[in-house]
Amino acid sequence: MTTPDQTWSFLFGRLTLDALPLHEPIIVATFAAVVLGGVAVVGALTYFKLWGYLWREWFTSVDHKKIGVMYMVLGLIMFLRGFADAIMMRIQQAIAFNGNEGYLNAHHYDQIFTAHGVIMIFFVAMPFVTGLMNFVVPLQIGARDVSFPFLNNFSFWMTAAGAMLVMASLFVGEFAQTGWLAYPPLSGIAYSPGVGVGYYLWALQIAGVGTTLSGINLIATIVKMRAPGMTMMRMPVFTWTSLCTNVLIVASFPVLTAVLALLSLDRYVGTNFFTNDFGGSPMMYVNLIWIWGHPEVYILILPIFGVFSEVTATFSGKRLFGYSSMVYATVVITILSYVVWLHHFFTMGSGASVNSFFGITTMVISIPTGAKLFNWLFTMYRARIRFDLPMMWTVAFMLTFVIGGMTGVLLAVPPADFVLHNSLFLIAHFHNVIIGGVVFGVFAAINYWWPKAFGFRLEPFWGKVSFWCWVIGFWLAFTPLYVMGLMGVTRRLRVFDDPSLQIWFVIAAIGAVLIACGIAAMLVQYAVSILRRDSLRDDSGDPWNGRTLEWATSSPPPAYNFAFTPVVHDLDAWAEMKRTGAPRPADGFRAIHMPRNTGAGIILAGISTVCGFALIWHIWWLAIASFAALLITAIAHTFNYARDFHIPADVVAETEARRARQLAALEGAAA
Amino acid sequence: MPAILPSLRLPILRSALILPLTALLGGCDWVVLNPSGDVARQQADLVVISTVLMLLIIVPVMALTVWFAWHYRAANQTARYEPEWSHSTRLELVIWSAPLLIIIALGAVTWVGTHLLDPYRTIGRIDKGRAVPAQARPLDVEVVALDWKWLFIYPEQQIATVNELVLPTNRPVRFRITASSVMNSFYAPALAGQIYAMPGMETKLHAVLNREGAFTGFSANYSGAGFSGMRFAMRGVSPQGFDAWAAGVRGGAGTLDRAAYLALERPSEHEPVRHFAAVSPDLFDAVVNLCVRPGKMCMSQMMAIDAQGGTGSAGRWNVAALAYDKYGREQMSTPLPGQRPNRRIASDDVFVKALCDNPAGRAASKDVRAPASLAPLTGAGLSWPAQRIAPAARETLSLGALPKTPLS
Repeated sequence: MTTPDQTWSFLFGRLTLDALPLHEPIIVATFAAVVLGGVAVVGALTYFKLWGYLWREWFTSVDHKKIGVMYMVLGLIMFLRGFADAIMMRIQQAIAFNGNEGYLNAHHYDQIFTAHGVIMIFFVAMPFVTGLMNFVVPLQIGARDVSFPFLNNFSFWMTAAGAMLVMASLFVGEFAQTGWLAYPPLSGIAYSPGVGVGYYLWALQIAGVGTTLSGINLIATIVKMRAPGMTMMRMPVFTWTSLCTNVLIVASFPVLTAVLALLSLDRYVGTNFFTNDFGGSPMMYVNLIWIWGHPEVYILILPIFGVFSEVTATFSGKRLFGYSSMVYATVVITILSYVVWLHHFFTMGSGASVNSFFGITTMVISIPTGAKLFNWLFTMYRARIRFDLPMMWTVAFMLTFVIGGMTGVLLAVPPADFVLHNSLFLIAHFHNVIIGGVVFGVFAAINYWWPKAFGFRLEPFWGKVSFWCWVIGFWLAFTPLYVMGLMGVTRRLRVFDDPSLQIWFVIAAIGAVLIACGIAAMLVQYAVSILRRDSLRDDSGDPWNGRTLEWATSSPPPAYNFAFTPVVHDLDAWAEMKRTGAPRPADGFRAIHMPRNTGAGIILAGISTVCGFALIWHIWWLAIASFAALLITAIAHTFNYARDFHIPADVVAETEARRARQLAALEGAAA
Repeated sequence: MPAILPSLRLPILRSALILPLTALLGGCDWVVLNPSGDVARQQADLVVISTVLMLLIIVPVMALTVWFAWHYRAANQTARYEPEWSHSTRLELVIWSAPLLIIIALGAVTWVGTHLLDPYRTIGRIDKGRAVPAQARPLDVEVVALDWKWLFIYPEQQIATVNELVLPTNRPVRFRITASSVMNSFYAPALAGQIYAMPGMETKLHAVLNREGAFTGFSANYSGAGFSGMRFAMRGVSPQGFDAWAAGVRGGAGTLDRAAYLALERPSEHEPVRHFAAVSPDLFDAVVNLCVRPGKMCMSQMMAIDAQGGTGSAGRWNVAALAYDKYGREQMSTPLPGQRPNRRIASDDVFVKALCDNPAGRAASKDVRAPASLAPLTGAGLSWPAQRIAPAARETLSLGALPKTPLS
C-alpha cells in the first residue's frame, strides 16, 4: 500500500535515485570501500582466471564438504559486517553524553542495532552451525554425502540470497529500524512506511527457505544414511546434537515463515493480524515470533554443545563421560525449548500463574544443560588434556558460559525480570551465552576441523593471540553492561543524560576494540596458515588422535569420503578401529555413484533475490516476472536427467593407493 | 550503601556479599539493587537470593573446571589417567540431582515471588514493617506512552502532567497504563519493575514509593526514533507536599481536553515538563479504546455491538469509524478538530452512532487483592521454623489463589 508521500512508478516501483543514501557520509565511505574491495576481488579473480574454477568446483558443487566450507565463508564475511555494526554502536554509546549527539543520527543508529541482531543471528550464527553440520555430519556417520545433495546446494544459495538482500539494504534504501524481531505495531505500515521492514521480511523469508530445507536434508541424512552398525546410541554426540537441532529447525522455522507472512499481509494488502485497530493483536506476533525465537537459540547452541563434546573427549584422550546422559540431556532440551517462549515477555502482563509456569520451565532447562557441563567436566577428570586451541576455547567456554547460564536463570525469575528486562543486563546475558557459547564453539570447531577440511593445521601462535584478545575483550566489553543493567540502563539508547555512565561505556568500547584485535588476529591466523601450509601439513588425516569416523579418512577427504562404507562396532568408531588395528581395504574397489554438480541452486537463488528486491520496492511487474521465472526454472530443472555420474573403480583404486602410500610414508618416518 | 538484603537472614552471608559490592561500587547508583519503593525492593531481594542460590553450584563448577584443567594437563604425568572411564552411576545421580535441588528451591521462590509481586495485585504492605491500612485508598495514576513522551493523568486530582510523575510517599499507587501508537514499557527503577504500555490495551501496576527524592523513569522498550529521549522525572514528596503540588497544578493553566490531547500526541522529542490544570474525565478510557478523535467509534462500543450479535452487513459502515492506524500514523493522518476531517479515517457515515453512543466502557477491575498479612516474601507460606502463623492468617496466604471476596 503506497502512502501518499511516497512516489511510485510502474517501471521502478518506489525505487528512485533518492534511495541511494548519498547524504550519509559514513555510508558513502563504506560504499566506496566496498566498491573498491569488490573491484579488487573481481579483478583478481578475472586476472587469475578463477571464475571458471569457482563456478565448477564451488558454486555449483553438491559436495557437502564444499557447501559446508561455503557456509563458513558466508558466516565469516557476514560476521565482519555484523561486528562493524557492533563497534559503531559501542563508539556511539561511548561518546553520546553531555549533550553530544554522537556521530549517528537516530535513523542510522536504529538501523545499525537492528541489522546487527539480524545479521549475527541469521547470517552469522546460522551459517556457521549449518556449515559445521554440513561438513561434519556425513563424515561422522560414514556417509558419502547428504541425502539430497542438490537441495543442499540450493539451501546454501537461498541463505546467501537473504544475506545479499541485507547487504543491499545498506546501499539501496534502508534497513528496518525496529529491533531485530520487528515487533508490530512499530514494524507495521503505519509506523515503518519505508522499505526497511520490507528488506527485513524478504531477506528472512528467502533465507528461511534455505534453512528449513537444509534442516529436512540433514534429518533425512542422519536418520537414513548412517553407516551399518551405527545405532542411534552409537552416534557421535555432535551428530546427536545436529539431529536435535534440525528437528528444532524443521518444527520452528515454519512458525517464523508464517508470522512474517502475516506481517507481510498486514503491510502489503491491508489485513489486520497485528494492527492496533480492527481486532489485530500485536501481542500475538510477539508470542509467535518467540515460539520460533526460543527454539532458535537452542538451534544455535546444541550443535556447539556437540562440538565441545567431541573436542573435550578428543583432547582429554578419553571416552566422553556419561554419553547416554548427554544424549538424554540434548533430547530433553530439545523438547523443553518449546515451552519457555513466554519468558521473553513476562512484562507484557500475563497473570502470575502463566509467568511462573514459563519461569519454572525455563529454569528446568538449566538442569540438562548443567548435566552437560558436568559431563564435560568429568571427561576432563583423570584425563591427559592437551591444550591445543580447540581445548582452550572449550575451557574458556565452560568458565564463561556458566555465568551466562546463571544470569539467564536469574532473568527467568519473573519479578527479577521485571527490573532487568530489556536492560543492558539482558544484553550482557545473551551475548554471554551466544559469544561465550556459540562463537567460542565455532572457533573451537574451526580450529578442530580445519585440518580435516584442508589438509593442514591452523597456525597456533596467532590463534592464541586471537584467543586471549577475544576472551579478555569479551569480559571487558560485557561486564560493564551487566553493571549498567543493575543501574537501570535500558537497551537501544542512542544518547544519554547521566554523565556517570560514560566510563562504563568507554570500558565496553575498549573491550570491543580488543575483540576487534581478536578478529584481526584470527584473520592473520588463517592467512599465515594458508601461506605456510606446507610446514603445517597433516598427512595422517588424524592430527588430534580423534575418536570419530571423520578422522578415518584422508584430509581433505576424497569426493566420495569413504571408498568403502565403514562398519561401526563401538561408540567411538575410529578410536575402536585404531585400538583393534582394523586394516585399510587395499583392493576390491568399485565404481562410486555420485551426484553431478548443477547450477540450478545458484540460479534459483539469484532469481529469488530479484523477486525479493522487486517486492521490497513494489516493482510489481518484476516481482511477477521473477516469480514466474522461479517456477519455470524449478520445473525445468526437474527435466534435467543428467544428475549423476560414476567415479570409475580404477580412479578410486588409484586415489586409495595414493593414500596408502602417504600413510606408509608417515609410518616409515615415525619408525 | 544501605543493606540490600533485608530479607536474607544470614548475617554472615549478607556481609560477605555486601562488603565487596560496597567496596567495588563506591559512588555508583545501583538503583535496581537499591531502590526506593517497596515493590522494587522485594524484586531486588529476589535478584540477590536467586543469584546466591545459583552461586552455590556455579562456584564449585568453576573451581573444579580450573582445577581439572590444571591438574590433568598432559604435562602432569603423575596425575591418574583412565582413558576408558566414562560412567559412574553415583556421579550421574549427583550431576542431575544437584542442579535439580537448586531449581526446586529456586522454583519455589519463583512461584511465591511471582504471585506476591504480580503487578496486577494490590500491594499488602507499605514497606517491610507496615501493612497497608484497611481503609487506605490507592492513588490512581493513568499513564499514556506517547511518541516520545509520557502523559500522567491524576483522575482524582483532575490534573495531568507531561514527563513528570509526582508521587506521595508511603501511599499505594495504582497505575493504569496504555500507549497511543506503539509498544513501550513503563519503568521507573526506583519504584517498581516495568510493565509494557500497549496501544488499545491497558496494563496495571501497583506500587508504593517509600522515600522522598528525585528519580527518573523511562521507556524500556524501543519505540522509534525519539526513544532515547523518552524519559520522565519522578519525584517522591510527602503527602502534604503532594497535595500542595496538586493544588498548585490545579491553579495553573491549561486544559487537557480531547483537542489538546490530539495536539499533544503528535510525535515530538525531548518534551519539557508540562502541567494541565484540568483533564477530561473520560480521556484515558478513550485513549485505551482508540477513540479520542471525534467521530471515532470506540473499540468497546464495537465489542458491545458484536457481543449482541453484530449488525450484519450494515456493520461494514462501522469500519471507517474504527480505523485507527492501519493506513498510517493516526497522530499525523488527520487535521485537528475544526478542520475538515479526512474522509477515510473519520467517515461521516457512522451508521451506528445513534445505536450505541455510550461513553467508552470501563472494563471491570481485574486487580488481584493482596493478602492482609505482612508476612515477608521469603515467609509467605514458607514460614521460618520459629514462627507460627495463625491458621486464619495461613488461609489468606494461600499463594496464587484469587481472593474469595468479589472483585471491585
